[in-house]
Amino acid sequence: MIKKAFTKEHFVKYVLIAFALSSLLFLFLIFIFILAEGLPLFQKVGLKNIIFGFKWAPTKGSFGIFPMVVSSFLVTFGALIIGAPLGLSCAIYLSEYSGKRLKLFLKPALELLAGIPSVVYGFLGVIYIVPLVRNYFGGAGFSLLATSVILGVMILPTVISISFDSLMSVPKTYREGSFAMGATKWQTIYKVIIPSARSGILASFILGMGRAIGETMAVIMVAGNALRIPTSILDPLRTLTSNIALELAYATGDHRLSLFSTGVVLLVIIMTLNYIANFAIKRRVLK
Amino acid sequence: MIDHPDFVIDVQGGGSTAGIQACLNNTVHIGMSSRQLKDEEKRLNQIIICYDGISLVLNPRNPISTLSLKDVRNIFSGKIKNWKELGWIDRRIDAVTREEGSGTRGSFEELVMKGDEIDDGIMVQDSNGSVKEVVATDPYAIGYISLGLVDEKVKAVVIDGIAPSIDAIKLGQYKIVRPFLYVTHGELDDSGKEFINFVLSEVGQNVLKKEGLIGAYD
Repeated sequence: MIKKAFTKEHFVKYVLIAFALSSLLFLFLIFIFILAEGLPLFQKVGLKNIIFGFKWAPTKGSFGIFPMVVSSFLVTFGALIIGAPLGLSCAIYLSEYSGKRLKLFLKPALELLAGIPSVVYGFLGVIYIVPLVRNYFGGAGFSLLATSVILGVMILPTVISISFDSLMSVPKTYREGSFAMGATKWQTIYKVIIPSARSGILASFILGMGRAIGETMAVIMVAGNALRIPTSILDPLRTLTSNIALELAYATGDHRLSLFSTGVVLLVIIMTLNYIANFAIKRRVLK
Repeated sequence: MIDHPDFVIDVQGGGSTAGIQACLNNTVHIGMSSRQLKDEEKRLNQIIICYDGISLVLNPRNPISTLSLKDVRNIFSGKIKNWKELGWIDRRIDAVTREEGSGTRGSFEELVMKGDEIDDGIMVQDSNGSVKEVVATDPYAIGYISLGLVDEKVKAVVIDGIAPSIDAIKLGQYKIVRPFLYVTHGELDDSGKEFINFVLSEVGQNVLKKEGLIGAYD
């Protein structure tokens, strides 16, 4: 009897291992497919002509995505400028000031914010943010500004939950020590808690960037998708993700391959961001 | 379909290039396209089933109602950037085009741009519906959509003195017109022929006309 139970345990364990590894397999397959479709064009046209090319006319043989790379980073930093201070303030309030009851109410609300589909954000952006920008700031409304606002709100849940966790993981003794030295609450937060949670907060920003740079649907709806590098925050722009989604439906031949190449560039950027974020988090754990 | 219960027709989006490509690959018997075939696609047989006008559209609050074809070309090639140059207020023109590969864009480039390139600074939307939505909400916008989709939310522009309308297209006065094609690769089987005959028959043509298109024989 005992032996049988033992093998059953083993059976369950190996099945679970198989399932756990399958996620790795999916990641691997996605990599293989994107690279297999995306790399041939790099060979044909040249890495430089794609990444640093300014002209995107894939049906006429120009595959430059430099303006989109720049635009992707612009909206990402725009989102960070709006989302990071908001998110960090919210996390500080949640971890340091708010009572238990408010926390119980605010945390689920934030999770709900994370669960709203991006097309809804995009729709709200088109209906409210875009006309607001058009009427009060000028331009078409479909702009870097509108996109940054929408993405800034979209990265809030990521920024808040990760920086909240890192603020909470600051040992209680730090706070007590600081109070014992006669520091006020804000001095404690500003001088002791934030510096100790720094790497986690940084990681939350970087993961927020990853979320912003990968967002597609909402961006297509509010960015205006023009192909030029924007010269002001009121200019329309096109990101790497929206380029793929906009044109995939109609693309054939080299045009299609060029969209996969866009995907390769995007993959590299997101992997780098995630790597940096993981590095920041790990350093905190080791400390 | 009620008369022909054994027919199966799959509907798939993806645009003209997808329809043509599927036909070239022999994935489908009949492909559909809303633009003329390019030279390398000419080995397909094409059957014109109807015509569609492309209408330039403005926001109803825009006082301008007529433009020349040359004005339109200059707007989309980025040479005219301000409404002042066309006799309205000092405000940038928010032009909207379609994405690369779209049949409507292909036809627009061929019929209006005539070799000039569409400027990179111009906004891009990925469907007739989104273009219409942008123009309907932005008073300073201009875009182009299929004539059949023009309604009271947007204002169709009179081009070179001719308002886009089904009658003007039939008379050959309105020039921004594209064919809707069925393309086939090689000989069709009987059911395929029967389907095409149906589309070209009076019943079939009336269905198309109800959608605001112009029949193949008009």
